[in-house]
Amino acid sequence: MRRQAAAWCFVAPALVVIAVFFFVPVVAALAMSLTDFDIYALADRGNLRVVGLRNYAQLLRTPLFWKAFGNTLYFVVIGVPLSIAISLGAALLLHTRVTRFRAFFRTALFAPVVTTLVAVAVIWRYLFNPHYGLLNYTLGRLGLPSVDWLGDPQWAMPAIILFAVWKNFGYNMIILLAGLQSIPEQLYEAARIDGASAWRQFRHVTLPMLAPIVALVNVLTIAGYFQLFAEPYVMTQGGPLQSTVSVLYFMYEEGFKWWNLGSASAVAFTLFLFIFGVTALQLRLVRWQSAA
Amino acid sequence: MAIRRVTRGLPALLVNGLLLGGAALTLFPLVWMMSVSLMPPGEASSFPPPLVPGAPTLGNYRELFAHAGMGRYLLNSVVLTSAVTLVSLLFNVAAGYAFAKLRFAGRDRIFRVLLGTLVIPGQVAMVPLFLLLRDLRLVNTYGGVIVPAMASIFGIFVVRQYALAIPDDLLEAARIDGASEVRIFRSIMVPVLKPIIVTLAVFTSLGAWNDFMWPLIVLGDSDLYTLPVALASLSREHVQDNELMMAGAVLTILPVLLVFLVLQRYYIQGLMLGSVKE
Repeated sequence: MRRQAAAWCFVAPALVVIAVFFFVPVVAALAMSLTDFDIYALADRGNLRVVGLRNYAQLLRTPLFWKAFGNTLYFVVIGVPLSIAISLGAALLLHTRVTRFRAFFRTALFAPVVTTLVAVAVIWRYLFNPHYGLLNYTLGRLGLPSVDWLGDPQWAMPAIILFAVWKNFGYNMIILLAGLQSIPEQLYEAARIDGASAWRQFRHVTLPMLAPIVALVNVLTIAGYFQLFAEPYVMTQGGPLQSTVSVLYFMYEEGFKWWNLGSASAVAFTLFLFIFGVTALQLRLVRWQSAA
Repeated sequence: MAIRRVTRGLPALLVNGLLLGGAALTLFPLVWMMSVSLMPPGEASSFPPPLVPGAPTLGNYRELFAHAGMGRYLLNSVVLTSAVTLVSLLFNVAAGYAFAKLRFAGRDRIFRVLLGTLVIPGQVAMVPLFLLLRDLRLVNTYGGVIVPAMASIFGIFVVRQYALAIPDDLLEAARIDGASEVRIFRSIMVPVLKPIIVTLAVFTSLGAWNDFMWPLIVLGDSDLYTLPVALASLSREHVQDNELMMAGAVLTILPVLLVFLVLQRYYIQGLMLGSVKE
């Protein structure tokens, strides 16, 4: 009995914090998304009315929401495969027998992950500068035309993807590297005895053994990339021509700039349901594939 | 023999060459940031972009502290990061230990619920959380950042995973000797859990330092801005002042980069634990 009480004393502080400042707000977000909570309700909650699903219906009729959704999808669909491909490539390079200075390279490639997003976004905005940015200078030296990276609606999202991949690929690289290191050496030996070339070893030993980890990394990365916010906030402010407004950026402006808090909650919940759906679908796919 | 060495040397050259190229691409923006931060105003806006300052100066840093309030932002970041890290460590380590080693009604069910909610992105809670903190008069205070971050499911999870591996005999022996639960936690568990505590401390402090969206929302008063929020705001005002902005970026990034370099082993371990969280 005394031990029960002691146990509760250990868990209670953390559980109370999580319940009050996470669980309650999540449930409240669902409730708020069914109300017309706006700046008037912020001043006096008496002005609050329940409007059912009207926020959601309104959202689906808002062109900017669809635009934000499309932009976010663009960022995920191009950014995630690119990011994982580079992570995998880097992990493979770090794992070879001929790799020198492994610890140094690993640290160097990982460094952008720990940096502060806002600060490196400021650096990259400078690299992307159309007039004196280093990127255009390099393109010029290679005889290529210069690009108005963050000023051209065609190029702004690709520029943000480029930056995000640079910033993030090291994270998955470390996880994939650990996966590579856990593949038993005997499998490669057996393959070599059977006369398998390096490529065939990669194709028939490395990839199948790594598949579960790649699937996991994929799920986590997709969920993370859907939460795009700080990059457009710092680099483009959603522009040009709203080409980099993401769902969360839209939510931020809707909620904390215009104080349409009911509508912002509906945006947050829609994004969550979508991420949840995509995650569930992927997990089902993975299970289906490993069963086949 | 010589031919064999060449065919062996070629892949080695290719692999290490590619790695060198990759490392140059990841490190270049960071190195260049430091270089540009030492240039006098205007020098970085010339074409072609200069790689090293003609006459290095600390003027940008002086300017940031003298006129842009950087000392204040640095202090805010240090205070908030330390507070979040200390309090959340205490709460998470205690809870993680209890979930692993102490028995109480509903333990496993509660833990499963916690794990299940890891899929909910924190942003879903932001709007009501803002209103809640507003009612508690914590908006525009340090508390607005600290209070919601005092415990985390991820933190509880990694401590629990680590504590599960500790043999029960150690605790039973202490209990037979009549030690209180608090004493067992303080003098037996904390020393044993030290590696995971360091890992969690590094992870939490870097996360708190780099956090942007929530401090942006909850800290409206510029006197309370953390470095990332201040930098984002300054960079909107000073679009052309590249040298000044690079100095601000250095001040924001350098502390986390140094902590990471010194405690890298612990950070990577936390990352591995985090990747199996779902």
